[in-house]
Amino acid sequence: MTGSDEQASIHAAARAWRRRDLMLGAAALLPSGVAFAQGGGQLLNVSYDPTREFYREFNTGFAERWKAQSGQAIRASSSHGGSGRQARAVIDGLQADVVTLALAYDIDAIAEQGLIAANWQSRLPQNSAPYTSTIVFLVRKGNPKNLRDWGDLAKPGVAVITPNPKTSGGARWNYLAGWAWALRQPGGSPDTAQAYIAALFKNVPVLDTGARGSTTSFVQRGQGDVLLAWENEAHLAFAEFGNDKFDIVYPPLSILAEPPVAVVDRNVDRRGTRAAAEAYLQALYAPEGQALAAKHFYRPRDAGVLAAHKARFPQLELVTIDDPAFGGWKTAQATHFNDGGLFDRLYQPGR
Amino acid sequence: MTPRPAIAEPRWARIVLCVLALVLLGLFLVLPLAAVFTEALRRGWGPVWQALSDPDAIAAIELTLLVAAIAVPVNTIGGVAGAWCIAKFDFPGRALLLALIELPFSVSPVISGLVWVLLFGAHGWFGPWLQAHDLQIVFALPGLVLATLFVTFPFVARTLIPLMQEQGRSAEEAAATLGASGWQTFFRVTLPEIRWALLSGVLLCNARAMGEFGAVSVVSGHVRGETNTMPLHIEILYNEYQFVGAFAVAALLALLALVTLAAKALLERGGPRGSLAA
Repeated sequence: MTGSDEQASIHAAARAWRRRDLMLGAAALLPSGVAFAQGGGQLLNVSYDPTREFYREFNTGFAERWKAQSGQAIRASSSHGGSGRQARAVIDGLQADVVTLALAYDIDAIAEQGLIAANWQSRLPQNSAPYTSTIVFLVRKGNPKNLRDWGDLAKPGVAVITPNPKTSGGARWNYLAGWAWALRQPGGSPDTAQAYIAALFKNVPVLDTGARGSTTSFVQRGQGDVLLAWENEAHLAFAEFGNDKFDIVYPPLSILAEPPVAVVDRNVDRRGTRAAAEAYLQALYAPEGQALAAKHFYRPRDAGVLAAHKARFPQLELVTIDDPAFGGWKTAQATHFNDGGLFDRLYQPGR
Repeated sequence: MTPRPAIAEPRWARIVLCVLALVLLGLFLVLPLAAVFTEALRRGWGPVWQALSDPDAIAAIELTLLVAAIAVPVNTIGGVAGAWCIAKFDFPGRALLLALIELPFSVSPVISGLVWVLLFGAHGWFGPWLQAHDLQIVFALPGLVLATLFVTFPFVARTLIPLMQEQGRSAEEAAATLGASGWQTFFRVTLPEIRWALLSGVLLCNARAMGEFGAVSVVSGHVRGETNTMPLHIEILYNEYQFVGAFAVAALLALLALVTLAAKALLERGGPRGSLAA
């Protein structure tokens, strides 16, 4: 067998396997009414934990609009989990066309592996974050422990529920919001902020891996006095379980969370889905997408849409990640969350 | 003098032991199972039917059945071959093979999933080659099948080995002396002797293949409607506050397992009689 013959037969085998895989996949999906259209029949959005309800609705709307716009049938589906874990899966080969994660650092991690262009954050408006969110407190009805501000969370006898900053994007925002608050107190310094964070995490009885796990711990299993939650996650729990069980507390100061989005260049180029993937992200910025984000309690960027939903989003002072206290995600990640970083030193479980 | 009974414990001790065993069984097995079914039916049959006819749920059910339909036959053949080697032949490395067959029992399911990511993930040993040829193993059906194969490999072999060892080799040796070929010996002598144990091993293997969570969770990618098996779909529903839906799918999964176990129990009752009659 000559070299080129051998190569040809390998390619033939690869093609055969691919076909078989496709057929098996199709066999599994056909009765559920899904056809495997050629060339971009599918679009996969790998997202973080609390966006499930938002993207479920967004995916359906996008498929309809894309069909009208391009004539192509498309099935947009999503995968959800802790932001860091999801980034890891994309790095390990999960075929995401777009990623919509909790923080820029996780998309940077994918970009470092060459799957996404390094300049991804400047390709779309507003730092590639079509909606923002913030961190609020979800407390038991009537706020029996009277938790109003970040300082109250570190008091003895308060049980605080937050996911693990090592695996959860939301938890990193929680941590940084607390840090920013401590720095801004009279006499605040990195030392007092460290003392505050240590005291805060001493009050955390359980660290789940993702935001949704923490919400379930607080809401469903009745653990803790306060849940540090994404604004939308708090409202969702509120809507699901009735407002007779919980109250949402907006602290005077919190953090401006900018969950960014990006097209996964290497995957869309290989799969031929770039046009649909880019349209998907553009649609997030369009008025319909913005209104849908607002409906699911993400703060829209569009001033008009935001004004229309003003009552949903109370005003509070919001610190950004580019504040001198943090110096951007790369610095914040290295200082606080990498192995051996401040969080590792300050978090002492079981004490 | 009447012969002493083999078990001489006083009557009260026997009663206490039996009651204790039944209470533990009720607490740890019957109660949770009953909870699954009551939670599922909390709001009647309507929501249950709705949860089970959701396209994502149907896709999860089909994927689970498909994975089991691939993994179980492969492991049946592999298990029989392994058990035959170990029980009927002496060869160097026999003890090692036995230990290897049992390996998946002792390895954490998370590791059983992670090994496939390490081998076939984009940065795994074979990742670059797979990407160059546009093949997807982890986060797709082949990965789910591999993880399930790994986890369920020991079931058939472990059920067969003790029986085959106990049966010894004389029947096979007699067949060989009479001029039977290897295949003839297997199909006419060995297989009839082990068929009930084989069926029971296959059913156990199937129950685990459908129920596996940890290993498939690592290689799934959690794309709803595509790479979610039933156990993963249950977790998703639960995390989305769809408790009735989660318990409905859980009840269906439990029902599949119960049917499997009932089939196994029926076979075991009919088994020895059947083989005696044969």
